[in-house]
Amino acid sequence: MTATSLHRQPLAETPFHPRTSALNRLHNWGAWAGYRTAGCYGDTVMEHTAIRNAASLYDITPMIKYRITGPDAAAYLDRLTVRNVSNLAEKAVHYTAWTDDAGQMMDDGTLFRLGPQDFRLCCQERHLPWLRDSAWGFDVVIADETESVAALALQGPTSAAVLRACGFDIDGLKPFRMAEFAFAETNLLISRTGFTGDLGYELWIPPAQALALWDHLMMQGAPFGLMPVGSDAVMLARTEAGFLTANLDFIPAQQALREDRSRSPLELGLGWMVDWNKGPFTGRRALLAERETGGRWALVGLDIPGNVSAEGAILYHRKTAEAGFITAACWSPTLKRNLALAQVQARHADCRDLWVEIYALRELQYVKLMLPVRATPRPFFAPERRRATPPPAF
Amino acid sequence: MIYDAVILGAGHNGLVTACYLARAGLSVCVVEKNGWIGGAAVSRELTPGFTYSNCSYVSSLFRPEIMRDLELPKHGLQILPYEGGAVFMENGDTLGMFRDHDANRREFARHSPRDAEAYDIYARDVLRHCRFIRPMLLRTPPDPARFRPRDLAELAWLGRQLTGQSERQIAEMIRFWTMSISDYLDHYFESPVIKAYLAVSAIIGTALGPMSPGSAYVLLHHYMGDVDGNIGAWGFARGGMGAITAALAASLRAAGGEIRVSAGVETILVQNGRAVGATLSNGDEVRAQRVISNMDVKRTMLTHVAEAELPADYLASVKKFKTRGSSGKLNIALDAAPVFPALPEGSPALKGDLHFTDSIERMERAYDDWKSGHFSADPFQDVMIPTMIDPTMAPPGKHFMSCFVQYAPPKIEGRDWTDADRDAFGQTCLDQIERHAPGFKDRVLHVEIRTPRELEAEVGLTEGNIFQGELTFDQLLFNRPVPGYAQYRTPIRDLWICGASTHPGGGVMGAPGRNAAAEILRDMRLAPKDMSDAYAVL
Repeated sequence: MTATSLHRQPLAETPFHPRTSALNRLHNWGAWAGYRTAGCYGDTVMEHTAIRNAASLYDITPMIKYRITGPDAAAYLDRLTVRNVSNLAEKAVHYTAWTDDAGQMMDDGTLFRLGPQDFRLCCQERHLPWLRDSAWGFDVVIADETESVAALALQGPTSAAVLRACGFDIDGLKPFRMAEFAFAETNLLISRTGFTGDLGYELWIPPAQALALWDHLMMQGAPFGLMPVGSDAVMLARTEAGFLTANLDFIPAQQALREDRSRSPLELGLGWMVDWNKGPFTGRRALLAERETGGRWALVGLDIPGNVSAEGAILYHRKTAEAGFITAACWSPTLKRNLALAQVQARHADCRDLWVEIYALRELQYVKLMLPVRATPRPFFAPERRRATPPPAF
Repeated sequence: MIYDAVILGAGHNGLVTACYLARAGLSVCVVEKNGWIGGAAVSRELTPGFTYSNCSYVSSLFRPEIMRDLELPKHGLQILPYEGGAVFMENGDTLGMFRDHDANRREFARHSPRDAEAYDIYARDVLRHCRFIRPMLLRTPPDPARFRPRDLAELAWLGRQLTGQSERQIAEMIRFWTMSISDYLDHYFESPVIKAYLAVSAIIGTALGPMSPGSAYVLLHHYMGDVDGNIGAWGFARGGMGAITAALAASLRAAGGEIRVSAGVETILVQNGRAVGATLSNGDEVRAQRVISNMDVKRTMLTHVAEAELPADYLASVKKFKTRGSSGKLNIALDAAPVFPALPEGSPALKGDLHFTDSIERMERAYDDWKSGHFSADPFQDVMIPTMIDPTMAPPGKHFMSCFVQYAPPKIEGRDWTDADRDAFGQTCLDQIERHAPGFKDRVLHVEIRTPRELEAEVGLTEGNIFQGELTFDQLLFNRPVPGYAQYRTPIRDLWICGASTHPGGGVMGAPGRNAAAEILRDMRLAPKDMSDAYAVL
């Protein structure tokens, strides 16, 4: 290979780019993991409405995808991640997390068991050095397959109906399961997973068949209100669902410049996924100690009075002492609630007498609000249809 | 007249000291042996129409606090961030560098997918070391052997900086300060060319090879600066590096200071153990309450002070202070931009630094030549073409090319450099560029070749050492230049040192000059005027 012309095109295009670029009438692009990604195709409100009302198509190709194969793949992942991988059935998926030796969160993501010795780990950030260094002593092969797998998120109440119309029988597909379907002379993998908290699927296909899949979905999905959506709408959906995003709700340990910025899974409310009894895993000793002594921080869901979103706001105890900060916030169009994710000092985890200071910019002037917050359980949004099998038509 | 202060040498540090003292109300005179000012931060027209930054050639370390305190932008200083860069490889490929994070990662991934990701971790770790060291740059080191309250307080401050880190981070720092850059990079990377590119900052200006322990710290010295908060970034001074010293000179004159050129110091006058002035090469004598030398400690003490005036142990330490030169420079006027076939059209690499050394092994072999008293047969070059960005330094379409070269020893096999040696050295460098840019030599209109001999003769840098003393750990902080004399003072009362031989060392940083001014004013029990503390590291 010779020198590339990255100066002319610093961001890569996904295999769906010929379609997404034609549809992006605002030319509103953002960078996601080195790819050009639509922030909004035309109207974020309509795109968010499609997620909650009909069906949405979101290009998730830029998601980092590592393929982990080999006789020791399950043992390796049991050592790497906090959940029990041996218990993960074939053709099943689980949400998981992994930490460094100090028990500090490296990233969260979804782990797909494609076969007995064959896994795909999807996440937000890049971890190849860590994954490879963690593989010493294990007979595994770890490869970055981000570029070689095209992926779409099909999310929303009519998403199952769209797939049926496409000829894919997903009636028996339960949440966090996957199935393969023949399509365009290749295998299309469909998993019942997503990042919107709603009924939805993710579709995985070789790049060569990506456009055929897009066209098929868009054509068959039209009667069901299928709409391509950009990152802005998806981030609104994830916030009103109450899901975490690396580098927004926590700083991955290997990126934390300031040592005190990293967090443990326990501090992020992910203690439920830690399998303390599965044997040694990276970070276990530190997490065990933290379980005894308690963490420094707690991640909480908040309900805030009024309708002014609290992005970036600081939380105070008794309106005076800094106690934490908001990491994500929105007025939820779906729930008609003013919601937020926040990190608070562990002693304020119950959120008693906590106040949020919001600077609302209104025509160049800030209106300063000091509002009491209330802890509220996550996920904020979890409709019945998300779990129903067979899935409803809408 | 008796000045409050005479400053020997109009380099950037001397001018910085002079500016702060003048602003505090002192009468100040700067004397300079050359017919121009600037020391090693100069812009010179040696062939008509072309301006050369003929010593230092890029800026990152110059403290923004000083630029602001002394109103240098008002006096004409402008720093231009630059983009890109490339390493030309023996196999015809290149490693490109991009300001865009994604483009850079994708380019690194072409050479090693793992290294492309490891780079972010490496950058994070080095940035941690930068954050640790940056607050120390504008502080006088403590003297750990004395127990004055100020030294104890400063030691306690240093201790707090350390104890604010985790045990793991302290271990990391000690590793980093003591390792060779080659070993350090091996912890992160596998690609030889990526390692070669990153090792550059660890050998520039240093008589160490990439495999010498201690070279990793030198890398930090080149990373701890910034361009407008972008730590580790480098830029050009618009109009050449002389723009920095020209702005300082203008600031000094605005504050009432005086500069005399073609007036080099002959002898520092010492009476009853006190410095009282200097005799000058033009026959003048200048009298002052205090004498402040911007020359390196060796030149100051061994050339301009009578040995009998100095304590024997101090004199011995000064003589042993390591100032081994290691670098040379080519300044070239080009009729047209060079064409590097390995670069794609429109590549920003020409606006950044160009290297031809694609492995640490080649760098180390270049150092081997230095050890045996030769300039490198296969030298390492840091080539830049400032006129790709700066329109002021050459006629349109023509270019000034700056080639920083290692290694070049202070002496050739123990004897002085000859003109023939110098020309052979220059030819070796030109040939290396020509190999990657066929036709390059035909575009050369003028070349200035500078070896340690020329650097010493013209700029006054002993042995041609660009840092006025090597930046090895044994010569840093309270050991720079001599233990017990790290607070800009000397054994002679009222004789001060304000150049890069003192903490925090070389590079066009201005920090030694600023810190020296702070100490002098403190000694006079005067409050500094317009002197900022280091910007807080949040």
